[in-house]
Formats: sequence, structure tokens, C-alpha cells
Amino acid sequence: MIRLEHVTKIFAGITAVDAVDLEVGAGEVCVLLGPSGCGKTTTMKMINRLIEPTSGKIFVDGRDTAAVDEVTLRRSIGYVIQQIGLFPNKTVEDNICVVPDLLGHDRRQSRKRAAELLDMVNLDPGIFLKRYPKELSGGQQQRVGVVRALAADPPVLLMDEPFGAIDPINREVIQDEFMKLQAALKKTVVFVSHDIDEAVKMASRVAIFRAGRLIQYDTPDNILAHPIDSFVADFVGSDRTLKRLRLLRVADAMVGDPPMVRAEDALDTAARLMAERGHVSIVMVGPRGRARGFVRLDAAQGRPGMVGENHEKLPCIINIRDDLRTAVSQMFMHDLTWLACVDDDGFYRGYVTQRGITHLLGATYRDR
Amino acid sequence: METLRFAIDNWSVIAVRTGEHLSLVSVAVVLAIITGVPIGILITQNRAWADRVLYAAAIVMTIPSVALFGMLIPLFSPIGYGIGYLPAVIALILYSQLPIIRNTYTAIMNIDPSLREAARGMGMTPLQRLREVELPIALPVIVNGVRNAVVLNIAIATIATYIGAGGLGTFISRGISQTDFRQLVTGAVAVSVLAIVADLSLVYLQRRLTSPGLR
Repeated sequence: MIRLEHVTKIFAGITAVDAVDLEVGAGEVCVLLGPSGCGKTTTMKMINRLIEPTSGKIFVDGRDTAAVDEVTLRRSIGYVIQQIGLFPNKTVEDNICVVPDLLGHDRRQSRKRAAELLDMVNLDPGIFLKRYPKELSGGQQQRVGVVRALAADPPVLLMDEPFGAIDPINREVIQDEFMKLQAALKKTVVFVSHDIDEAVKMASRVAIFRAGRLIQYDTPDNILAHPIDSFVADFVGSDRTLKRLRLLRVADAMVGDPPMVRAEDALDTAARLMAERGHVSIVMVGPRGRARGFVRLDAAQGRPGMVGENHEKLPCIINIRDDLRTAVSQMFMHDLTWLACVDDDGFYRGYVTQRGITHLLGATYRDR
Repeated sequence: METLRFAIDNWSVIAVRTGEHLSLVSVAVVLAIITGVPIGILITQNRAWADRVLYAAAIVMTIPSVALFGMLIPLFSPIGYGIGYLPAVIALILYSQLPIIRNTYTAIMNIDPSLREAARGMGMTPLQRLREVELPIALPVIVNGVRNAVVLNIAIATIATYIGAGGLGTFISRGISQTDFRQLVTGAVAVSVLAIVADLSLVYLQRRLTSPGLR
């Protein structure tokens, strides 16, 4: 856990960080967000005392950092920077083990741990441990950079725009890998970023800075839904509500326990079920409940025959664990107002509609 | 042909002179490394001092070697070493300072600042940073400075014969005074060969000492 109490930094008469109070709970990812020069990096660097605060106190796991020797403090806090900073004269293995070696940990054990961690970011230890940084791509280097920060198993991790220099495609992948790693290791993370999308994706809480002041500190959804002032609103963007789609799962907006028909049902039955609910189409499932197709109301109403002979293919189905951004994107792509939702095994679980999504996003505004 | 015969007839003298020459140069360069590298590291901490030290070392380089040897005579006479081995080594140390200090300073200043930040952020002390990161990365450039110093000293040490410090310069000075072409060429060739061999050995050493990650 990290706590900043009234922390201020003044550089040569200029206030870079102004009386910031901030608390990051254990296992949370706190993203410090803001334009350049807003004090977010300075705030982060005061936590491991690369920059000494002018006034105020900083506690890490209950300890006042000013009372701890700075070298000891830094060895207990993982540190990742945008420029990666792998030592070119050392192999990947020795780079990862820098802090364990400084701490005098057992060499064999720390090297074993290095291999495990490398494996967790999808780099084959057999191939990469003995390589030198220059033999790695930028994305691979930053994976090693992250692993290096975790090698001595510090409870706290500081990350200074760690994925900022990586190309957009690789950035997504490495962000996902980091989230997986974080879910397993549950570190307390302070993460500096200037990218709202990254913040929304990674953060448990977002701290928005402007001119050295902490303007708003809240969950990503609240920041997007209720920006505290016009600065935050502008910073998170006029499409902020669309960004919230990323934070919500299909399951959140899905209508469960849906009506469904089978191939051997009569079209009459299908028409009656649709009429009961006021629907214009109904999903047809296979014998075990997998979504197989759908029937339109106008194709069923008043016609003889079976569902199996009159159904159409579903243009698209969506997994209940996908985010709503994917769902909406699929709706727009296929010109649909609703989507059938399935679980990992393909069983039909419910449907989402454009109205349902709009309603869900609007809920937070109606409550206030 | 005559020169070759002279060289063959006098091979033992040549060997002795080469030994003297090497001794002057190697003792001077080792002492120059011991002084120059720490100075080069220290001045990375202060820009103003770096300028002064590098300027002073550059001025030493502009002093003609014959004059420097001559200037050392009155300086060391009071302690009985006005001529011979000691002033010769001192002169060579002075000449070695610029390439060694300058290369050490430049190499360390050119290290990517993000490496320094990463090292600090991970909890390395300044000395650990120097030992684990800065020196290994600076090493190839420092060795280049040493190579410069060695080749330079092998050439300059030929003058040391004028203050009685021996070395291969003896052949050259006698060759001139006795208008003996054989001695002159023998001395000149021996100096060149020595310089080339020394430089190649240092290139080999440089490769061995440099981390494969930096090649």
C-alpha cells in the first residue's frame, strides 16, 4: 500500500507537485494521468526517492520512506522506465537478476525464478536467457524490463510510461500480458501514462493531474462518466462514453433466459414466442443448446412448416466475456440491432440489444 | 642487405634495446592507466573541472618531446635522477594522460542516461553503477585510448635515448651521428614493428574484455 500525504515538490521556485494526497490500496493499479509537465512523473519518482519531496510524507507499506535508506528502499520497489534501460553488457538472465544479486539472494534460485517469469511473458527461457539485449526487439526488451522489475518479488511496482515507445499492436499484447501477470502477482502498481485508453484498460483507479495538482482520483468508469471539470472532460475526450464500452462486458448488458426454438419446432411456436415478447426474431438452438441460427417474425407469422427449414444463419455471435466495444463494433459492422451471446462452449445464453447497451451506459447519469 | 646482416649480427643488442623500450612504455602506460582512468571518471562529475583537466592534458601534448625530456633534467637533478629511466617514464606518463583521460571521460559521458536512471532506480550505489554498468560499457573506448597512448609512447620513447634511458632510439641516434644507415633503419623498423605488435595485442585484449552484448 502506498500513501502520499500533502506531498509537494518545488524545483527552483517552480511548484512541480502541489500538495498531493493519494492512497493506493494493496494490489491496485493506480494510473497517474495527465499532459506532459503536469507532475505525474515527478510524483511517481518521489515514491522511490529518485526525487526528494520538498515537503509532505510518503508511506510504502506503512513505512515512512524518508526514514528508510534510499538504496534499500529502491531495491524493495520494482522500477520500469519507458526507455527500458536494459544493461547492454549483461545477458537477459543477468539483467533480470540485477536486484536479487544486489540483495545477495541465492544465485541459482533467482535464475530459476528469472526463467519462470520470462515464461510468464511468453518468452522462451531456453532461447532468451543467454541472449543480449541488442538481440531482442523493442517489445521483447520491455517484457524483460517488466520481468526485471519483478525479479526480487517487490510488493510495489513503479512504471514510467512503460509501453509508450512500443508500436500500437505490440502495445496491446504486452498490456494484456502485464494484466495477466498482475492478476497472478497482485502487486501495488503506480503507473504513469498520458494515454487515456491505456489508463482505462489498466487502472483500478485513475489519478488525473494538471499543473502539479491532483484534480480527480476515481475509478476509470467514474472518470469517464463523471469528469469533475471541463479540463478532465476535455482530457478524457468527447467520446468518453464510448470509451466506457471497454470497461463493460457483454454479460453486463445481456438479457438472460432468452426465448429460443429448436429445428423441429413449428413456425407457429416461433411466431407465438416472438409475439409474447414483442421480438421480431428468435434464435434457433441445436439439440444441446448451441446457437445455430434465427427466424424472423415475418418469415414465421402465419406460415406452415418447421423452424429448421426456414431459419437463417446468424451473421455474428458474441462471447459473453467480450467487452461491449467489441459487441457494438460487431453490430455496426453487420448492421444489426441485437446480437446472440454465447459462452465459451457456444451455448446460447442471451442477447444484447443496442437499446440495452444505451440503457446500461445511461444508468450512471440517471442515478445522480 | 647490409642492414639485414647488421640486424642478424646484432640481434642480441636489438633484443636488449627492445626490452628497454618495452619496459619504459609499459611501466609508463600502466601508471598512466592507474592515474588517468580515475581522473577521467572523476571529472564526469563536474563540467568545469573536466574542461580544465582536458585542456591541461592537451597542452602537455603540444610540448615537443625533446623539450619535455630536457625540462625534466633540472627538475629531477636535485634527487639524483636528472637523466635516465625515471624522467623518461615520467615524460611518457604525461604524454599518455590525454588519450586515456579523454577517452574515459567521453565514454562515460556518452552512456545512455536511461541506463543510469534504471541503475539508480533499481537501487545500485554509485560505485556499483560504475562497476556493473558504466565501466563495462566504457571499456572498449578506454582501451582505444590506451592503444593510442601505447603507439604514441613507443614513438616518443625513441627520444629517451638522449637522456640516457636506452631503448631502440639508441640505434636511430647513433645511426644519425655516425651516418650509419644500417643502424638508423634497424632502429626505425624495430620501432614500427613493436608499435604494430603492441597495437594488435591490445586489439585482441579489447575483444576479450568487451562483453559480447556490446560488440
